[in-house]
Formats: sequence, C-alpha cells, structure tokens
Amino acid sequence: MADEPKEQQAPPVPAGDKPAASPSPPSTPPAKAAEGATPAAPKPPAPPKAPVVLQTPLNNELVARLRTKFGTAILEAIEDRKQAIILVERARLAEIALHLRDEEKFNLLTDLTAVDWPKREKRFDIVLNLYSFPKNERLRVKAHAAEGEKVPSVFGVWPTANWLEREAFDMFGIVFSGHPDLKRILLPDGWQGYPLRKDYDIIQQDNAWVKENLGIESGQ
Amino acid sequence: MARTTVTESGEQQHTLLGADELILNMGPQHPSTHGVLRVKLKLDGERVIGSECMIGYLHRGVEKIAENRSYQQFAPYVDRMDYVAAVSNGLGYCEAVEKLLVVEAPPRAKVIRTILTELQRIASHLLWLGTHALDIGALTPVFYCFREREEILKIFERYCGARLTTHAFRIGGLQYEAYDTLEKDVERFCKAFESRIKEYEDLLTQNRIWVGRTKGVGILTAADAIALGATGPVIRASGVKWDIRKAMPYAAYDQYKFEIPTGKTGDTYDRYLVRMEEMRQSRLICLQAIENIPSGPIMAKVGKVLKPPPGEVYHSIEAPKGELGYYVVSDGTVQPYRVRIRPPSFVNLESFDRMVRGHLVADVVAIIGTLDIVLGEVDR
Repeated sequence: MADEPKEQQAPPVPAGDKPAASPSPPSTPPAKAAEGATPAAPKPPAPPKAPVVLQTPLNNELVARLRTKFGTAILEAIEDRKQAIILVERARLAEIALHLRDEEKFNLLTDLTAVDWPKREKRFDIVLNLYSFPKNERLRVKAHAAEGEKVPSVFGVWPTANWLEREAFDMFGIVFSGHPDLKRILLPDGWQGYPLRKDYDIIQQDNAWVKENLGIESGQ
Repeated sequence: MARTTVTESGEQQHTLLGADELILNMGPQHPSTHGVLRVKLKLDGERVIGSECMIGYLHRGVEKIAENRSYQQFAPYVDRMDYVAAVSNGLGYCEAVEKLLVVEAPPRAKVIRTILTELQRIASHLLWLGTHALDIGALTPVFYCFREREEILKIFERYCGARLTTHAFRIGGLQYEAYDTLEKDVERFCKAFESRIKEYEDLLTQNRIWVGRTKGVGILTAADAIALGATGPVIRASGVKWDIRKAMPYAAYDQYKFEIPTGKTGDTYDRYLVRMEEMRQSRLICLQAIENIPSGPIMAKVGKVLKPPPGEVYHSIEAPKGELGYYVVSDGTVQPYRVRIRPPSFVNLESFDRMVRGHLVADVVAIIGTLDIVLGEVDR
C-alpha cells in the first residue's frame, strides 16, 4: 500500500448504493477507494456483478502542471490500484522525461520495459517506472508505439536507460532513436525474432533449432 | 603501452608503443565473475580504460515462461533468478500479485515472511562477503561465512523443506505454518551471530591488505549512482539514504526499528561496511519480529484459481542486492499477460564500467565482487 503517490485525487463519495465488495476484510483499504470512484470512472465498463473499479482518472496537481506545460501531449492520466500512470505522446517522450527529472524531481528511472498488445493499432506500450527521492513517490509513464515506429531514447536523461532500452529492443524489436549502441543484450546477435512479442512462436523456434543443430525433426 | 629501456648513461626511458590497446577477455568461465559474466576489458598496460559486459549466458526467458503459466505456477520460477536469495524473490512476486488481486496477507503471514526474508538477507550477504573476500585473497572468511549461512539454510529447510530454491511463500500468505521451534532457532542464531559478525570484522575491517585493496577502488558518486539507476547497498554506500523497507514499507517492516547504514565515498570499502552493518540491522529486525508473532490465519481468502481483474501493478521490495521490482499486467485471465522483473543485479552491473575505469586489472575482480551480482538474475 505504501508506494502509492502521496497526492491523490479524493474521489467523490457516492451517497447511497455501496457495492457489495466490502465484506472481504483483508482488501478493505483498496476496495474502499474503488467504491468511492464508481460513478465517474469511464474504464473499464464495470460488469454488473462486480462494481469494483480499480482504474480511476487521475487529476492531481502533477498532472495539472504537466497538462499546462505539454498540453495535448499528455494523452491520459489514470490511477490503477492507487498507482499513478500517465500516457504521453511517443514523439515527445524524451522531452517530457527531461522535464519530469528536472522540474518534478523524478530523478531515478527504476525500470523501462514494454508490453505487446498485438491487436491494438499501436501495439507496443513503452513503460517507464520513475521514482522521486525528494517526494518518495512513483510515477509510471507510458507511450504507445506502432510496429516500426521509433521511440525517442531517454538515455540522455537517465543513463541507466542504456541497458534497459537494449533489452526492450532485444525482446520486442522496439527501436529507440538516439540510443548510442542499440544492439541485442541478452540474446545472441544472430537471433531471429523478438521473443516477448505475443506472436513469437516458441515451438517453431524450437523446431528450427533442433533441425539446424541436430539435423532431425523435433516432433513437437 | 609503454616500453622501458635503459640508455647508455643508465637513465630509464619510457617510450609509448603507439596507441595500441590490448583487449582482454575475462570470463564467462572465470572463478571471480560469480557465474557466467563475460567482460571485455580495454587495457592500457595494466590499467583499464574501458569495458563492456557481455551478458545473457544464463538467459532462460523467465518473463516469457510467466506468460504461459498460471500465477501460482510461475511462483517457483522466481526463486531461480537470484538463487542465493530465493525467499526475497518469492516475497516480491507474491506481494505484487496480491496487489494485483487487491488482497493482503494476514498479519501473522507478514511477520513470518519478514523473519525469513531478513534471514535470507543475512545469508545472501554472508555469501557475498565470503566470496568477495576470497576473490581478493582473504581465504579465511568464506569458511566462517558458510558456517553461519548453513544455520540459516537449516532454518529454511525445517520451515519449508528446501534450502535454496525455497518457494517459501504463496500468493495470499503462507502455505506452511511456522514449525514449533522456529522462534527458538531464529533467536539462537541471532544471539550467536552478534559475535560472529565481530569475527569477520576482526579478520577484515582493519586488515591492511583488505583496506589497501578496497579503499578508493571503484568509486561511484551519489550523482552517478542515481543516474545509473543503482539501488540497494551500492547506492547507500554512495551516501544516498534510501531503503524501500523504510521509504515504502511492505510486509511487516513498518513495525520494527532499524537503521539505514550509509557510506560516504562510495568505494568498495564503504560498500563492505554498509553490508556488514545491514547484517547487524537484519539481525535486530529478526529479534524484534520473533518477540511477537501475531496469531491468526496464515492465508488470505484467495481462490484456488487466481483471476486478477484487468490492470497492472508495479511492486518492489528491498532485496539483498537492491530494488527488486515486479511489473505485472493482467488481462483478466488465469495467466499473467506480462510479468516484467526489474532485477537489481542487472541494473547495478551497469555501473561497472564507470567504476572500473582507471583501475588495475586486479581491481576488476574486487569491483565485480563488490557489486554483488548474481547472473541468474542478470540474465533471467
């Protein structure tokens, strides 16, 4: 519960109908917050039986400041299980990152990774997990990228992004523009395909390996 | 590289042999790389002027495996990343999925988790101390360290039947109730351990060779440490007082008193002192925790089939090596859509190049040791 951002939006408490989610004692604090947010939350469309909404829009001061500064480049700001997430425009990612580091004091890039949603128009989520020492809070910055679209590297902002971006390239094939030495890091240089993509075929890859190295059919 | 010749008048003359640099390959089969790390060193004489880490020899695709297992099935896999601190890995994963499910482990489970995780931190630091000293040439500490580590592993064995890859915790709490003499065993270990730490310190802290080999070696400033994303003892030795157990308490850490040791210069000696003090603090946490283990259930109400509601969560813990984070995305099915593991060793190893430049080849071994990396976690 601790790494939730300090400044949270206080959701309007509904007057009457409390959802039937309260009787489970261990989950009381998060469930309460979710209850409060039921009427306003746009996503996901709450199924009728479980009105616990975990994602709520985020409207704290940080988001307001970012919206004033970057306008439409801040596409979305939500809170998922009390963790702050902002979605930004891919092309301005590095610029926003620099602002977050210098003005908002998110000085540590904890993690940079990606998620593949192949059915979406822009299939990749680039996910940056930031931490601020002075504020003791975390922020997750996301950007969407379609296949083949270049993502601005944040290596110049946080040098630790060097290896993390290489890993994202290695596993997803996402190209980071401005990265000093973008090459595979965990897999051998000659590797075919990007394993953490959802359409990566493990069996086909296994068959190919067996055929090439053992000269037999793998029979999988 | 320079060649030294003696002239007729008896004077020594140094001539540079062009700008040729020597590339030296170290590993992946090298005893002091603690696994399968390969380092390409660029040398000017005996001085390191550049380096490149080649990793991935132990890559098993853990994150891909996660996408093809149920939440519970994946839990044993995380033990195999940092295999000398399996309990900590398990804690991080279980807590991350609990957050995703919006459940919380009962208080009793939390306290037992804390005790075992702190014991694991001591065990991990002991392994680091023993091998780090061994690398630098102090042969004795490793025997003492393994003696104490053995006691901890015996406690793990009695608790869950396994010594290394324990799979001690479950999503939602614990599988096993604490065995009858757990408190006594932990207490006996902690009581004896106080004088044991002094033994190690007697061997090393004032030892001229040890100080000579570690002081001023592999300096990482606080600004560099933050920029390079270092966490854990590495960043604390650089003077940043930051520990996730304090900053964002998880498990039962908010109930116990302990200090965060920090260093000043960020050299290998400081990192040594920080980890020694951390073992003392872990010992104190264990002693406080066994005094009052709450009674009650050890498992929260979670179903047999875990189907977290769609969404995502990032949860991190202070593992012995640094910040161990789990970013878990759920699409509402029984299998995680994506599990990203933020390994402390991988990110800390990025600082290696900064630390090693300008030092001698012999110091490379000291710097690899001081980073306390486990390749199972670097490569995943």
